[in-house]
Amino acid sequence: MSAPAKPAPLTNEEKRWRLVEVVMRRYGFSGDALIEALHAVQETYGFIDEESMRKVAVALNLPLSKVYGVATFYHFFHLKPKGRHTCVVCMGTACYIKGADAIMQKLAAEFGIKDGETTPDDHLSVMTARCVGSCGLAPAIVLDQQVLGHIGPDQIVQHIKELES
Amino acid sequence: MTPEALQEVAKAEQDALAKQPQRIGVCTAAGCLSCKSGDVLKNLQTALDRRADVPYKAVGVGCMGLCARGPLVSVEPQGLLYENITTADIPALVDSLAAKPMKEKQSDLGMPFFKRQIKVVLDQFDKIQPERLESYLAHGGYEALMNCVAHRSPGDILDMVKRSGLRGRGGGGYPTGLKWETVAKARGDRKFVICNADEGDPGAFMDRSVLECAPHRILEGMAIAGYAIGASAGYLYVRAEYPLAVQRLKLAIRQAEKFGLLGDHICGSSFSFKVEIRLGAGAFVCGEETALIASIEGRRGQPRPRPPYPAEKGLWGFPTLINNVETFANIPAILVKTPEWFASMGTEQSKGTKVFALAGKIQNTGLIEVPMGISLREIVLEMGGGAPEGHTIKAVQTGGPSGGCIPAEHFDISVDYESLRKMGSIMGSGGMIVMDETSSMVDVARFFMEFCKSESCGKCVPCRVGTPQLYELIERIRARRGTRRDIARMESLCEMVRTTSLCGLGQTAPNPLLSTLKYFRHEYEELLVDEPEETRT
Repeated sequence: MSAPAKPAPLTNEEKRWRLVEVVMRRYGFSGDALIEALHAVQETYGFIDEESMRKVAVALNLPLSKVYGVATFYHFFHLKPKGRHTCVVCMGTACYIKGADAIMQKLAAEFGIKDGETTPDDHLSVMTARCVGSCGLAPAIVLDQQVLGHIGPDQIVQHIKELES
Repeated sequence: MTPEALQEVAKAEQDALAKQPQRIGVCTAAGCLSCKSGDVLKNLQTALDRRADVPYKAVGVGCMGLCARGPLVSVEPQGLLYENITTADIPALVDSLAAKPMKEKQSDLGMPFFKRQIKVVLDQFDKIQPERLESYLAHGGYEALMNCVAHRSPGDILDMVKRSGLRGRGGGGYPTGLKWETVAKARGDRKFVICNADEGDPGAFMDRSVLECAPHRILEGMAIAGYAIGASAGYLYVRAEYPLAVQRLKLAIRQAEKFGLLGDHICGSSFSFKVEIRLGAGAFVCGEETALIASIEGRRGQPRPRPPYPAEKGLWGFPTLINNVETFANIPAILVKTPEWFASMGTEQSKGTKVFALAGKIQNTGLIEVPMGISLREIVLEMGGGAPEGHTIKAVQTGGPSGGCIPAEHFDISVDYESLRKMGSIMGSGGMIVMDETSSMVDVARFFMEFCKSESCGKCVPCRVGTPQLYELIERIRARRGTRRDIARMESLCEMVRTTSLCGLGQTAPNPLLSTLKYFRHEYEELLVDEPEETRT
């Protein structure tokens, strides 16, 4: 799970990119390192933008189309920045049986955003996960990296409203 | 380190355990951690430090199974298990150590959930400290590996794994010994071992628990496999969605390298084996061997036609052995306790034990390990404690999106690879989702079809085009717009997708739909509308 994105101060740009380069160097800048490099980009920047994809493509000597193809193939990679807070709703079978769908509907009704969307004020992003592996706590959500289990739609909305903006 | 030096480390740890038998074990697996067991452990340690009159020591241990009632805390040497322990309970817990147990928080260890289990993969999870190699060593860890490199030939090990009758625990159930032998015989300059820890089935968390609680057991299994097939490098392909597992595996690899149990010349022998972690990025199709290999090579996780099988041409074209987490975790025990001991458990065709993750509408959610051949009734109704108060169980879904639903009237079947397949489901990796009368089976089938549709990698047409069509058909029926013809259409399309898809994902995608149609057809039929004559000519 990656950290929520913060607007990048430009002065630190080179420092940040170095974190990605370290990972690519570990694999000798070979094309095999593409997925690891994208993980590093997302961990550093919070999401993967076109600029980063171009730089990774050059560094690993891969066509940009391949980098884009891989970045969009895997669910874990995000190509858009996330809001200040993220609410990941687990859609695993156990959570689904116990009402994850109702949670999504409630969030859509309350905040007007669906899976993968962010509120216009960048306050909240709602996402779904295939399974967070906390089936014993179903239904579960991950609010800003913290797993909350046995939780109903109303409680979630309350938790989100309590988050500072 | 030499085996003697390692034995000394183990001995020192065992002595420390004997000197300090008063221990409180707090579960530090993901389930309990998300109920704040980390805080419980920290506060408990502080509280115990302050109380010189209480000789107990608090340590973080592995999963104790009953995830629904976490955080779980065990007390040794009394052998007590407490459930739902919060930081507020700590003063009472510390006071109770010298007095009587806290009755109201105590788990009944005599209940079937605990009594019926036989632990091989989950063995001693309540004692081993996941983040310390010394602790694993003291509980008999790495004994099998040390013995292998010192006294056994690769052929011996292949023979032992074959005799054990172990079959792949990832879902397919292919005989492990046979797979190992094929890779061992294959010709290649290099060979690789891959551990598939990309637990993609929604509703399954067995592998997560094993990765988090006994990372060394998996490394040991992989190293033994490497020795047996002649590989010197291994990859652990693990989900990025399991950050704790990744962190503990990284730590375990570093520790094992430091102790000379991974790396060059393991235990002073001529055998060298390195393990690297590769992060998955959320693609269910990467559970398919060839797709997983593509992903490790940094490409999109798309499968390719087989043959050639990875055993001949796998990672970078070299012979490659791929096994699931649970398969590797069984290996050390098979070698130490003999293959015959392992084969004495289970049924004729399915030997040993299997870990299941019980979840859904059931009392005792959690992890269990049971011998193969146990009935579904025993697992769901007795161990699982049945449905929550006031409800009745309708069906169990096994095998995730590739499996099927088994209705309650068939709960007497034996849980093994063949019986489950006969019922139209599969063993799968071990997720069991229980549904009660409030769950609509049409809805469940729709859920899985939505999953397969969005997880289809897009390479072959039957799966890429077929699964969205199936989804549309279910959706139409669910919205009360479907007719009898739509069911017939669905059935023929299922058959087409099943028989013509390239990989396991597509071939098994119709299973949830077909099994619910088979056992719960009336639920579909209740939603049908009459054929509008004029539009359907």
